[in-house]
Amino acid sequence: MIALESVSKTYPGGHQALSDVSLEINDGETLALLGTSGCGKTTTLRLINRLIEASAGRISIGGRDIETLDPIELRRNIGYVVQEAGLFPHMTARLNVETVPRLLGWSPQRRSERSRELFALVGLDFTTLADRYPNQLSGGQRQRVGLARALAADPPVVLMDEPYGALDPITRRQLQTHFLDLKARLKKTMVLVTHDVEEALRLADTVAILVDGHVAEIGTPKGLRATESSLVNTFLRGGDA
Amino acid sequence: MSCRLTRVARATAIAVYLLVTSDGAAGQTTKIAVGAKPFTESAVLAEVMAQTIEAYTDIVVERRLNLAGTHVCLAALRGGEIDLYAEYTGTGLRDILGDKSERISPGLAFATVAKEFARRFDLEWLAPFGFDNTYVLLMRPQHAAELAVTKVSDLSEHPLRFGVSHEFLSRPDGLPGLRKVYTFQESHTVGMAHDLAYQGLVEGSIDVTDGYSTDAKILRYGLATLADDRHFFPPYEAAPLARRDLAERVPEAYEALRLLAGRIDAAAMRDMNFQVEQKRRAPAAVAADFLGSLGIVADRKVHSERETGVFRLLYQRRWKTLDLASRHLMLAGGAVLAACLIGIPLGIAVSRRPALAKIVLGFASVLQTIPSIALLAFMLPLFGIGVAPALVALFLYGLLPIMRNTVTGLHSIEDRLLDVGRGLGMTDSQILQQVELPLAAPVLMAGVRTATVITVGTATLAAFIGAGGLGDPIVTGLATTDYALVLCGALPAAALAIALDWILGQVERWVTPSGLRE
Repeated sequence: MIALESVSKTYPGGHQALSDVSLEINDGETLALLGTSGCGKTTTLRLINRLIEASAGRISIGGRDIETLDPIELRRNIGYVVQEAGLFPHMTARLNVETVPRLLGWSPQRRSERSRELFALVGLDFTTLADRYPNQLSGGQRQRVGLARALAADPPVVLMDEPYGALDPITRRQLQTHFLDLKARLKKTMVLVTHDVEEALRLADTVAILVDGHVAEIGTPKGLRATESSLVNTFLRGGDA
Repeated sequence: MSCRLTRVARATAIAVYLLVTSDGAAGQTTKIAVGAKPFTESAVLAEVMAQTIEAYTDIVVERRLNLAGTHVCLAALRGGEIDLYAEYTGTGLRDILGDKSERISPGLAFATVAKEFARRFDLEWLAPFGFDNTYVLLMRPQHAAELAVTKVSDLSEHPLRFGVSHEFLSRPDGLPGLRKVYTFQESHTVGMAHDLAYQGLVEGSIDVTDGYSTDAKILRYGLATLADDRHFFPPYEAAPLARRDLAERVPEAYEALRLLAGRIDAAAMRDMNFQVEQKRRAPAAVAADFLGSLGIVADRKVHSERETGVFRLLYQRRWKTLDLASRHLMLAGGAVLAACLIGIPLGIAVSRRPALAKIVLGFASVLQTIPSIALLAFMLPLFGIGVAPALVALFLYGLLPIMRNTVTGLHSIEDRLLDVGRGLGMTDSQILQQVELPLAAPVLMAGVRTATVITVGTATLAAFIGAGGLGDPIVTGLATTDYALVLCGALPAAALAIALDWILGQVERWVTPSGLRE
């Protein structure tokens, strides 16, 4: 379980990105952080793998305060997916996928076996695509490689920052379906940042709506659809909150 | 007690003598080095001195001709890189000692420099060669004969058109001072370029110009020189200027040099300059002929006549060129290598701190704007002459492109990729090695390529401070107006730069990650 307890983040210069955020994500469940740009959703995500440090409050994973863990170790046990995949352009798809196993010092044979598994898992053909460079792949393929890279060392937690934000609607739909399939099979604890309401409601078990650095609404997709809250309704109609 | 001290002193003296005379790889043979400034007369005099020493001793004489100028020669002499060169008393008096006194006799000038150089620099002026290369007024011979003018004071009788060099027009020891001592009827006075003044005089558009008394052009145009009968012009007697230890270290060389005292008059010097500049003969050959005519050196062919065909000369010099090119490569390569070893880590370090990057790159840019020859000159007091100062100066030139491209290459990487690297659990050094350096490599390599081309070009100037390389024939050729020789340095240097640029272009392609190629 990931738990955020009264977490605040103030950037140098005084901008308060988060104030008093508390969240809990149960093992094997997916939390979506929904909001407009600047609401603090990406900040929240990056606090969990300590790409930034909280100014106040406590974050724990499986009951252990992440402050007490080595950040490098912590990150190698958390999958990380970003918008447009963020693949290393000088590495082939396969080398990208094997990044974390390489950092962990796996043998080439073990890495190679794992690569094949992962390509199959994310629905990519290993023989034709493994040795391609990112600029020789489509946007959807790149995103799948990015996901495979995040899952490479089988981390219990995966963080995803607008993973499908830059894709066309058809590809996005396909990948979302694929996500639901993987989620059911892998049972990872996931945090998904998105500004797309439909995506949040479709993929997550819990959706937290962030406004100006605090949690304005939280609930299950079903619960949120049923609510009378004007804020949620504004989001659902696709307008600005 | 005093006995023991004497013994210690004697032992020390012997040890020092052995150290000084043994000179590493050369073993038993004593070596001395003769220097020269980059103009014909200085090179000819250096050859005259070198060949005289070689004729009377077994000493190996190294020629380090074409040192950039008075101050480079002086620095080299004081630093022990050369043992002697030909200097002029007037230059010593004015340019080095800063003496401004007017109407000083040749004897007094020599006595002054001899005394002051011994006291201040521990250097010795040997007896002058016998000519005074000072300013001289020149006329067409028929014109001078018509007016019965033989000396400067005769000019007061006639209204004449003066056309003199700009320098002569304004220097206190030029026309302004001359007017105080002599009376002229200047119907018309203009400043003009030296070569044009000769031309104008010959063609009759001016009547009087100034020159140097041993200038080959006096002979070439057959001009009349007017005697300075009131001794206005400062004396510029040429003499060997040597380290004071020369007489003790290599007494036989010192003795040999005494044979030259008073043996070269202005006409002989003018003729030797003429042979080199107009007849296109090598300074060594001209010096050998002259020494033969004096009976100092038995007539022996030192060098054949000068080759004027560029391609023939290039072919003749092919092994020499190869030798110079490898030295050139060593200089440029060493400098670029050092610039990489310092510039890349420094670039990486400052790229993390934008404010610092600005300061460091700004400083490197300032270094880059210093003219090459000036930068080389700045190195002299610190590193003497030869390879060391050249390497340091070339290194400083290579530093900016390498450092700037390292910073630019690193800054051009998308932040998102660095963020992903960190998010996946890479340490800072893993991000540098696995993400930043591979992605910055093409830009970084382009910087190395620029630095290499700049350095190969600038290294030709290193010849001015005695570092050798392909600049040697360029500088020698320029000094002795031998353009075929200039091209023997310039063409291989250009070819070297183009070849290296091409090779590094291939390296640049090779280090460009496949995923970044179009």
